[in-house]
Amino acid sequence: MTDITPEQAGSGSSHSATELVRKSLARRNRKQRVLQGFGIAAIFFALSMLVILIGSLISTGYPAFTQTHVELEVYVDPDEVNPDNLSRGSYDEMIAVSMGAYFPGVDMTDRTAAREVTQILSSGAQLLLRERVIADPSLIGQTVNIKVPASDNFDQLNKGLVKRDTPERLRRVDDAAIERFDTLNEAGIISTPLNTRLVTNADSRFPELAGLKGAIIGSFWALLTCFVISFPIGIGAAIYLEEFAPKNRLSDIIEININNLAAVPSVVFGLLALAVFLGWFGMPRSAPLVGGITLALMTLPTIIIATRAALKAVPPSIREAALGVGASKQQVVFHHVLPLAMPGILTGTIIGLAQALGETAPLLLIGMNAFITSAPSGPFDSATALPTQIFIWADSPERGFVSRTSAAILVLLTFLISMNAIAIYLRQKFERKW
Amino acid sequence: MVLFAFTMLLCATMLAYFVNRRAALSIRAGGVQLHSLESFHGLFAALSVLVPVLVGILLWLALEGTAVDGFMLRSLPEGTFEGLDSGASQLIVAEIKSIAGGRVFGTPEPWKIEAAERLVRYHRIADWLLVALVATSATILLWFARRSVAEQFRARQSAERIVLGLMIFCATAAIFVTIGIVFALTFETIKFFQIVPITEFLFGTSWEPQIPIREDQVAAEGAFGAVPVFLGTIVISTVALFVAIPVGLMTAIYLNEFAPHRVRKTVKPILEILAGVPTVVYGFFAVLTVAPAIRQFAATIGVDVAPNTALAAGGVMGIMLIPFISSFADDALSAVPRSLRDGALALGATRGEMMLNVLFPAAIPGIVGGVLLAVSRAIGETMIVVMAAGLIAKMTINPLDSVTAVTVQIVTLLIGDTSFDNPKTLSAFALGMMLFLITLIINIFALRIVRKYREIYD
Repeated sequence: MTDITPEQAGSGSSHSATELVRKSLARRNRKQRVLQGFGIAAIFFALSMLVILIGSLISTGYPAFTQTHVELEVYVDPDEVNPDNLSRGSYDEMIAVSMGAYFPGVDMTDRTAAREVTQILSSGAQLLLRERVIADPSLIGQTVNIKVPASDNFDQLNKGLVKRDTPERLRRVDDAAIERFDTLNEAGIISTPLNTRLVTNADSRFPELAGLKGAIIGSFWALLTCFVISFPIGIGAAIYLEEFAPKNRLSDIIEININNLAAVPSVVFGLLALAVFLGWFGMPRSAPLVGGITLALMTLPTIIIATRAALKAVPPSIREAALGVGASKQQVVFHHVLPLAMPGILTGTIIGLAQALGETAPLLLIGMNAFITSAPSGPFDSATALPTQIFIWADSPERGFVSRTSAAILVLLTFLISMNAIAIYLRQKFERKW
Repeated sequence: MVLFAFTMLLCATMLAYFVNRRAALSIRAGGVQLHSLESFHGLFAALSVLVPVLVGILLWLALEGTAVDGFMLRSLPEGTFEGLDSGASQLIVAEIKSIAGGRVFGTPEPWKIEAAERLVRYHRIADWLLVALVATSATILLWFARRSVAEQFRARQSAERIVLGLMIFCATAAIFVTIGIVFALTFETIKFFQIVPITEFLFGTSWEPQIPIREDQVAAEGAFGAVPVFLGTIVISTVALFVAIPVGLMTAIYLNEFAPHRVRKTVKPILEILAGVPTVVYGFFAVLTVAPAIRQFAATIGVDVAPNTALAAGGVMGIMLIPFISSFADDALSAVPRSLRDGALALGATRGEMMLNVLFPAAIPGIVGGVLLAVSRAIGETMIVVMAAGLIAKMTINPLDSVTAVTVQIVTLLIGDTSFDNPKTLSAFALGMMLFLITLIINIFALRIVRKYREIYD
């Protein structure tokens, strides 16, 4: 580019036009910079929201990955256990006795005084002891070393979530209780190991005992059902529409219908499942099987659309070559086109399943938000799923559930991220550019 | 037992394949030319065993529960359900079933235990019947398939016809789902409108779906005017779009025109993460972080706001919609032909002017389509509003107030309720019907705009 000087520009009118342009140029460039600034601000806003979202989940969720435990030496008193029925026995008494050893000044026969001491422990402590004894009856008459979870309030105190410097009446743990807890701490029996119960326990009313096992297994069964139904049907539908369907009204209707189905609100699928599967067919409530079928209906459009795109990406030369050596139309599709499209199809399917894993509303309507304290043993058992478990915990009033909800969300996000990572890996490893 | 039936079916299918393949092979070994390859003979046999028996098993499983229950109910002593409403009789059936499942609470009446035993027996009979039926039908079909093997039998065509039929069935499955939705919703909605007049539902301004539990209760009789509920959805969606549209559009404009290649390549996938986060997570985020932040901010400037404002729910929903709108807008901007963009630049426009005066107006139809889809998303979004919005329907458009939404009402009315015979649960279906219709209309409209727009520039 050469600069045009005013002398070269010639006549007066074009001279003034150039001047005009020049003068306005700064303003126009400023306008562009403002536009760019808005764009950067918008991206900054979106990204910072993402950071705040993840940050707030991690900062509230990480305490739930550890759990305060109290290590006790409990004498299993033969007089307190019914040898014929080991599940009957005053295991709470034995634990109270062993706790009392640390508080010589407290009269453990006084019920209220004893309760004040034992409230440091989770109310599930006696159940743990009972399980140990049932599993190994030879422990009766011996001293058992057992590590039991502390109750929610003291867990929070130990993690510093209940602040010691807040005035006593605003704190949920009074000064005397803190003193008792500190006694135990000085005795060196308080520890904060990894909270394995978060994944090995099912739901519970008590935050310190609640875990995600039931929800993870429920989600697994639901996703398996969803996959078994939506994968073959989705691929079949996509192959038909892409390779065989005549261009007529019916094909058009099916196509419009699939696109619309993909945009139907998820809660409507829940209403469908409630009225048809539970109401008319009498399928069991809260069962992962029904949840899986419902999710399959929602995943179907995603899989169909992804499969069609993958089929479309296979070049026509492949089809023509196969047809040319005498393959039938179906042989062309099933022997040549489909295998080549498989990576794309699998990627789309995994992304669809990841969406289904995070879906909550339809599962709420079919009752997968029930309170269930044992993991399901099959797809017909009542169960929760990961997202509905998050919903249940988010609704629970106990303080300990706040961090557990965040922890559960982090677990769910881990699953989602790994599924998407697998999908991206598949795409990059096997996708061919023609 | 059911698993056993499926295993049997699988074995029969594989057996059919190999038997027919071997038969075809032996014909060819005799020096005769076959019309079809031997594997097609096998495939035909496998499909002709698998498909009918599988359909049979699935139908059986769908109907078994209802049929067995019916037999059990008929065997109950006369007059068991006399004078009981549907809730109480459902309770009896549920108790019998739980006894049959081995969960006995207290001491049930002997006739209930008897019924439970009968139920267990019927289920066992049904299971055995199923297995017997699968065995006989599979054998018969296998025999027929084996007889079909012949040199002139067009096994390929027959097998391919079955496969094509299966694929057509798969393709129409989506239609069946839509029909199912329409039927289920219409059916329950009609039942609702028989109790509550449709004009009250559409134009009434008071929404109090609580109905008296006992006959003599003084509580409200229940009012089903849905206007405030819809108003709440509109308020929340408007807040969401106020966040999502400007941010989404600005993001798309910047990424499409101004961003360096590296920035575009990293920012786009990160934004997509926002779209992949489950809505229940957004709901918790709204409750845990956004709502308290709004309250605190309002308190510092001296405004009193409700704990579950429409602002929190709508704002978080807007964040969720940002990637949705930005990717639609980005696609629409990219679809504008290069010639328009080059022409504007050649005339001396700055890139900003080219974007605002040429590219953006040319892309507006596509962007509008995307925004409409976002609107339908916002209206149908459930978990964020269930967790972060209120329950009480108010006639207000103040985003600082607590409002409810259509989806909130659907979920709260139906959680934990099983009987579909009172206006409370039925009203949820009427709301669902309205939701389905509105989103359907918006979707059809939006998809048509997007498609038309694509055709203009293709």
